[in-house]
Amino acid sequence: MMLSKGLKRKREEEEVEEEKEALAVDTWWLDPGHPAVAQAPPAVASSSLFDLSVLKLHHSLRQSEPDLRHLVLVVNTLRRIQASMAPTAALPPVPSPPAAPGVADSLLASSDAALSASMASLLEDLSHIEGLSQAPQPLADEGPPGRPIGGAPPSLGTLDLLGPATSCLLDDGLEGLFEDIDTSMYDSELWAPDSEGLKPVPEDGSGKAEAPELDEAELDYLMDVLVGTQALERPSGPGR
Amino acid sequence: MGEDTDTRKINHSFLRDHSYVTEADIISTVEFNHTGELLATGDKGGRVVIFQREPESKSAPRSQGEYDVYSTFQSHEPEFDYLKSLEIEEKINKIKWLPQQNAAHSLLSTNDKTIKLWKITERDKRPEGYNLKDEEGKLKDLSTVTSLQVPVLKPMDLMVEVSPRRVFANGHTYHINSISVNSDCETYMSADDLRINLWHLAITDRSFNIVDIKPANMEDLTEVITASEFHPHHCNLFVYSSSKGSLRLCDMRAAALCDKHSKLFEEPEDPSNRSFFSEIISSVSDVKFSHSGRYMLTRDYLTVKVWDLNMEARPIETYQVHEYLRSKLCSLYENDCIFDKFECAWNGSDSVIMTGAYNNFFRMFDRNTKRDVTLEASRESSKPRAVLKPRRVCVGGKRRRDDISVDSLDFTKKILHTAWHPAENIIAIAATNNLYIFQDKVNSEMH
Repeated sequence: MMLSKGLKRKREEEEVEEEKEALAVDTWWLDPGHPAVAQAPPAVASSSLFDLSVLKLHHSLRQSEPDLRHLVLVVNTLRRIQASMAPTAALPPVPSPPAAPGVADSLLASSDAALSASMASLLEDLSHIEGLSQAPQPLADEGPPGRPIGGAPPSLGTLDLLGPATSCLLDDGLEGLFEDIDTSMYDSELWAPDSEGLKPVPEDGSGKAEAPELDEAELDYLMDVLVGTQALERPSGPGR
Repeated sequence: MGEDTDTRKINHSFLRDHSYVTEADIISTVEFNHTGELLATGDKGGRVVIFQREPESKSAPRSQGEYDVYSTFQSHEPEFDYLKSLEIEEKINKIKWLPQQNAAHSLLSTNDKTIKLWKITERDKRPEGYNLKDEEGKLKDLSTVTSLQVPVLKPMDLMVEVSPRRVFANGHTYHINSISVNSDCETYMSADDLRINLWHLAITDRSFNIVDIKPANMEDLTEVITASEFHPHHCNLFVYSSSKGSLRLCDMRAAALCDKHSKLFEEPEDPSNRSFFSEIISSVSDVKFSHSGRYMLTRDYLTVKVWDLNMEARPIETYQVHEYLRSKLCSLYENDCIFDKFECAWNGSDSVIMTGAYNNFFRMFDRNTKRDVTLEASRESSKPRAVLKPRRVCVGGKRRRDDISVDSLDFTKKILHTAWHPAENIIAIAATNNLYIFQDKVNSEMH
């Protein structure tokens, strides 16, 4: 397998250049004078790197027995990437064609809570799958309090694969690992459910980012799960 | 870097003897025994193949000291854990030889969950001349027996018998990544991602947990154990490495549970090289004590480092294995190559260190002269008894004729497992499903 030439990084490097000029913060990755920034690859993670990491995470979880080292390293990397992307209070909003900066910022802010919640519930579901793998049944009221759970979403059968491993291998379930990870990219409000593949948040104005080696099955699976989970909370929301 | 220096003075006159092709399976571990007479390999299919070095004979000087297959056996089978609905891989993760105490040889082999002790014995004589049985073993007609004879032992073709003597099961929830025999020859330890257990070689139904880094809340899990090893001389000391690039030296005399380290070896992050992948590339994939016991060798994604046990703040030596990959980390993250776990090895005199890389390349660093060499293990590039030619990876700029460009490297050809004979300049290199044994005929003495 050959390494691809660096072409697909080019656009993100240009974005990074713009962002570096616009922001004045005391963080190493954004300091234009810092020697690391001069020679390093994109110092601010592009959304595609974030997407890639989230997919790796899910792929790792899908293994019958996840490689704990791989999982932990991906989670830690994801946290670093997320930390570099999350706007802080001191920062002006990230400029984003076509959306207005303020809109982008508030979108992120409002979707944070919803998506943290949805990710948490997704992983909560995963940790309960063990009980379902023998006989698929509607989820009992085992969800965290305050989260109404209807019938099992149609896609839940595909989660059987994950079932026994996640709760056996990591006794307390995995949801806690990801509570602090903001996956606002995957808010179904921002993301047309019948579109193919991944779309980054509109703020960078791109279409489908150059996806890494994803197979259709993985994307569909991810879609099903997220949209299906959303369906639990908002039965009248966008369906598949 | 070192690649550009004149390599003529490096002793790279290795001769290749054979390439032993194990077509069926990918080699997952390689280990010489304490004398170097035997070489064990484990593969993904759960088999162990042992090679034995032929004694040097004057009649056939060209074939002196070559390795031939001695024994092959199935160590582990795939298992199904019914409770968790999981299949347990039979792949052999590690093999460690026990010091030889009698005529038999013993080794420990482990997969993800179970460690087994195997005893290897030779049978080269058999008794003949029984009174009650004939040559085929049938009972004789007693009326034909007129005198008594004493059965005598007669030579027979060598038969190597392997038998499982102990099975150490159910000690680990997570995947075993290393085993190490203590210098006391009575105990050994096994390490998985979160715990390290101490076993007595004669007792299989219990083990002592000596390290446990599992957090009370799995949400707080940020670090796993990646490798561990007992000190070669001090039976109370062992080291384990982590995914965050730290080494912890522990003393079993200090406490029953060695969660608190005696020494923590950690190099501060280099701010000029920071990236999102810093942690991943700092993850230590292998740790080996030097034969002297004074140093430790670690391998992370881009470097090998030598640590002095007396200095915790930083390694005393750092060698770049393939620095040209630093600008490719994003792609290597994408294709998961950044998670590859390379091993490292000392030579017998602790003066040279070796580790594998991509494109079937492996690297050697001479600690005294500071010279290094890149060699390739492949059938295409070397014929039997030919001298290995040093290779060079070019990163742009001037390119010599036989150089390989970084973008042409084959990342599916990785040399993860290497071993060095304990006393001589003989190395074993596992390249996917091929085993290469290289001998230095010119300089067989260590210096």
